[in-house]
Amino acid sequence: MTVTAPTVEPSADQPLLDLLSGFISELRNAGLPVSLTENLDAMEAVTHIPLEDREAFKYALGATLVKNHAHWRAFEVVFEVYFSLRGPEYSIVDAGESGDPAADDTDEADMAGDGQAGSGGGGMSALTPEQLAEMLFKALMNGDDAMLRALARQAVMRFAGMEPGRPVGGTYYLYRTLRNLDLDGMLDRLMEAARHEAPNDLTRLEEHLERDEFRDRLDRLKQEIEAEIRRRLVADRGVEAMAKTLRKPLPEDVDFMHASREELANLRKAIYPLTRKLAVRLARKRRHGRKGPLDFRSTMRHSLSYGGVPAEPKFRFPRPAKPEIMVVADISGSVAAFARFTLHLVYAISSQFSKVRSFVFIDGLDEVTGFFEGVEDIGEAVHRVNTEADVVWVDGHSDYGHAFGVFWEKYGKEVGPKTTVLVLGDARNNYHASQSWILKEVQHRARKVFWLNPEPKAYWDTGDSIVGEYGTWCEGVHEVRNLRQLEGFVENLV
Amino acid sequence: MADHRFADVSGIRKALSDAKYLADDGTAGIVYLADRLGKPVLVEGPAGTGKTQLAKSVAEITGARLIRLQCYEGLDESKALYEWNYKKQLLRIQAEGDGSSWSDVEEDLFSEEFLLTRPLLEAIRAEEPVVLLVDEVDRVEVETEALLLEILSEYQVSIPELGTVEARQVPLVFLTSNGTRELSEALKRRCLYLYIDYPDLEREREIVSAKVPGVDENLADQVARIVRSIRQLDLKKDPSVSETLDWARTLVLLGIDQIDAQTATDTVNVLLKYRTDIDKVVKEFADNPAELTDTSA
Repeated sequence: MTVTAPTVEPSADQPLLDLLSGFISELRNAGLPVSLTENLDAMEAVTHIPLEDREAFKYALGATLVKNHAHWRAFEVVFEVYFSLRGPEYSIVDAGESGDPAADDTDEADMAGDGQAGSGGGGMSALTPEQLAEMLFKALMNGDDAMLRALARQAVMRFAGMEPGRPVGGTYYLYRTLRNLDLDGMLDRLMEAARHEAPNDLTRLEEHLERDEFRDRLDRLKQEIEAEIRRRLVADRGVEAMAKTLRKPLPEDVDFMHASREELANLRKAIYPLTRKLAVRLARKRRHGRKGPLDFRSTMRHSLSYGGVPAEPKFRFPRPAKPEIMVVADISGSVAAFARFTLHLVYAISSQFSKVRSFVFIDGLDEVTGFFEGVEDIGEAVHRVNTEADVVWVDGHSDYGHAFGVFWEKYGKEVGPKTTVLVLGDARNNYHASQSWILKEVQHRARKVFWLNPEPKAYWDTGDSIVGEYGTWCEGVHEVRNLRQLEGFVENLV
Repeated sequence: MADHRFADVSGIRKALSDAKYLADDGTAGIVYLADRLGKPVLVEGPAGTGKTQLAKSVAEITGARLIRLQCYEGLDESKALYEWNYKKQLLRIQAEGDGSSWSDVEEDLFSEEFLLTRPLLEAIRAEEPVVLLVDEVDRVEVETEALLLEILSEYQVSIPELGTVEARQVPLVFLTSNGTRELSEALKRRCLYLYIDYPDLEREREIVSAKVPGVDENLADQVARIVRSIRQLDLKKDPSVSETLDWARTLVLLGIDQIDAQTATDTVNVLLKYRTDIDKVVKEFADNPAELTDTSA
């Protein structure tokens, strides 16, 4: 087989090729590692795909360009932006909606069943908000996708208040639209109706199933709305500008301190496979690292087959010493998410350490090792740390000095030459006394002290941050703003 | 272009579903591309979502022979590619009298007659159409991955003593991975990437209907819905498709056609394999969780 260069039919596909190279460079801007060969593969792949089949086209590009599932969402967004204006059912239709035969036909057919055919798809803009909400309720109740799509479009047109040329991001419009639709209230209403319709009372199982079904439909509605907003923005501002504003960091690059709720949820999902991968990799490294000392017994035993000449030396299985870890984490509001992820990661690979002890503080300090002992679900334990640990001493504002004082007084003796101490926090001490002599003492006793700071390096030692002062007494101060950096640090630590 | 196996994407989907493999749009499209571009497919996804089955089903619909290389830690050249049959070579030397010259013997010893083919070489040398399945490629070490590179991009194997063995036909290659480690860039670059996730509600229902004999529409629907709800919970190990099928079979065997909370919690150990997960599900779904855990204990 020979790979033909992507010069196939250049004349006919020239606009497509241009579009594709723009698309690929945007993928690279979004952080996806697209190599030249993959680029060529994609160009060749699309020549085999009928262009009018949008789904197949998307999967062809996905299969050749995206080699990591975590990047799929980013790919989808860019794809939407670049190719959203193609295909009849995705065209933008203003007020009348008359130029949208595909969607309207199905709408009308479906609504005829509901006895509302009179208004039809075309007349939706004439509805009152109450009627619209009612239709939405019905569509959600029946799981009517075509209707949902039409309603999403209508909702965006009506509530988002999009103005051409206004430099506002898509999330703003999304927020405005969703606020008007009141989807939480909608969910309650749907559940109420489901309970009403059921012959008997719903059992908890049934209730659960119904709720998940409705949530699923609501999610689909949200996606439709989002897509619609995106389409309109692209039409207004052009592809390149839009792609830039919609660009989102990949999960491993999301900043802990500024992650939105959705991003945090994604992070939590990303951390499971990450810890598993890390554990496998570390275990392998440990086993394959180097050979242990000479195993005299085994060597002699094997020498028998060479007539007593020890021709084949045998070595013991390597057993490198495992470090003992003490994690001291600031869990005050601003850095809580960071502490949570780090604790999670450290405990997930705790088999790589001989012992892990953890302490959390805000202005008081509490040992939380017990929460993790014998617990299978680390996420649950981390949650308990955040809710149950006794970490407030005076006012619940970070006080590193006092927290270190408590640590030194209560646990200082237990820091030994095998212990590696990790301090997690932004070192924003609210202008309290730094008590950095404690850290000096700790460093003196411990094997190593590392400080992990979730703030960008440029902000260190500005305002009330005194990471520089503490850093003097640490083997290393690392900027750990995202999962990628955290993973890198933990791997080096072991 | 007569040597392509498939005419179009919908044809593949149809053939696969006839073989009781219900592919989503992406899957069929990528199999089609793999054939057209002559590229291997790297299939990733959670365990038990039908990655290996995809290769088997494709072999079935194309009428090709399936050659399977199961990967494991410590897999090496002699297990994956080829090995010299040294016992036979020894015999050959001993059988030789004093008459023949060394160069004759040497030439003879390293001929195809003394070559033991292992799965990768076998797939290359096959005359008939084959599907090569490299299963759980994430289990081999990064260094061993390099063994695969030549065969995946050039469809050839270089044997120092013999020269290069080129493929007689381009096999369809599937590599599966459970994602326990990141595969090397070099490997990924040579492959088309397919991620098979848990199916959505509709497809899971169809899979249950197609694969479990004696299941009716209503039960399949309930099974699929409950499994979806269970996957929404934050579990250690989500139920896979194969476990869903096991569960559906169990329910059919028990003669259950309506799943209530009691039956669900009683049989949920087919679906979930961790104590904590089971407890969590019981707590979420049972009407009276305390009572149920007592009886099950």
